[in-house]
Amino acid sequence: MEPILQCKNLTKVFPGKVALSGVNLEVNRGRIVGLLGPNGSGKSTLIKMCNGLLTPTNGELLVDGNAPGIETKRIVSYLPERTYLNDWMTVRNLVDFFDDFYTDFDKAKAYDMFQRLDIKSDARLKTMSKGTKEKVQLILVMSRNASLYLLDEPIGGVDPAARDYILNTIISNYSENATVMISTHLISDVERILDDIIFINQGSIALVSSVEEIREKNNKSVDELFREVFRC
Amino acid sequence: MNWDLKSDRPIYFQLIEQIELRIISGIYPLGSRLPSVRDMATEAAVNPNTMQRALAELENQGLLYSQRTSGRFVTEDEEVIKTMKYSLAQNIIKEFMEKMRSLGYDFRQTITLLEQIEEEKK
Repeated sequence: MEPILQCKNLTKVFPGKVALSGVNLEVNRGRIVGLLGPNGSGKSTLIKMCNGLLTPTNGELLVDGNAPGIETKRIVSYLPERTYLNDWMTVRNLVDFFDDFYTDFDKAKAYDMFQRLDIKSDARLKTMSKGTKEKVQLILVMSRNASLYLLDEPIGGVDPAARDYILNTIISNYSENATVMISTHLISDVERILDDIIFINQGSIALVSSVEEIREKNNKSVDELFREVFRC
Repeated sequence: MNWDLKSDRPIYFQLIEQIELRIISGIYPLGSRLPSVRDMATEAAVNPNTMQRALAELENQGLLYSQRTSGRFVTEDEEVIKTMKYSLAQNIIKEFMEKMRSLGYDFRQTITLLEQIEEEKK
């Protein structure tokens, strides 16, 4: 089957900075992929281009064979680094908002997850703690039956118990043929749930590998290998 | 029994070992049906594909078998379990003997020490 995501010589230049240069990449279906790199390495730029929030300076990016646009937005579920939701909205408002926007949104699934976390449907976003806010957003994003989930730093800034919950939600909710791409630098927290990793550094791909291959070949955890590759 | 996994060895390999232990200790009884791959993956906090790989390997070894529609079961064959138990015991002893040798005890001395320690416990 065709890869869900393809980048061909993908380049993005901002004034005074090359954010991505000549990235060639294929991401297959049904995988959980870690997009790992230090701060400023180009992780968010890549994810934003997959969403059509940024356009390539050069090269090509295809999601399910199409350039980012209406067709791809239908099948891509995106958790941005910073929230874009209105904080006066209640959980119920947000669910209706998503349900209205996305045909693949599963309302019952979302309410079920909120209930299990004891998040009330009349609670407003602005009254919630940072951790709860992040959980709410992740639940909304994972309640879609998408083909590609792009999660930009889904576990930054939450406590370890919330991290476990978030990772569990990811494992138990992505549909079988869907791919989940998680960008993070908290590698030891996520590496157990990953199939593959992409190391990215200064706008270039440094390594693409399956996670078990790293453990088998190097007798090292992904975290250890990362520290070696990106030693400052 | 918690899933105890380390990140510097292949996870599927560690899953195989721990599922074997669960079968031996009766957490997954002979002939019983295993939870779904996804439930097991969630419980162990690992990737479902990795869990799938471990279960497929155990199936190859004859410890598990699938029934197309109703799921995956633990074997009912006690001989298979016995063989597995024996080979696990072998590994533990081999590892133990290596460690004892590196401490400077030979086989005889190790046996004597074992008996001594058993005696002291009483």
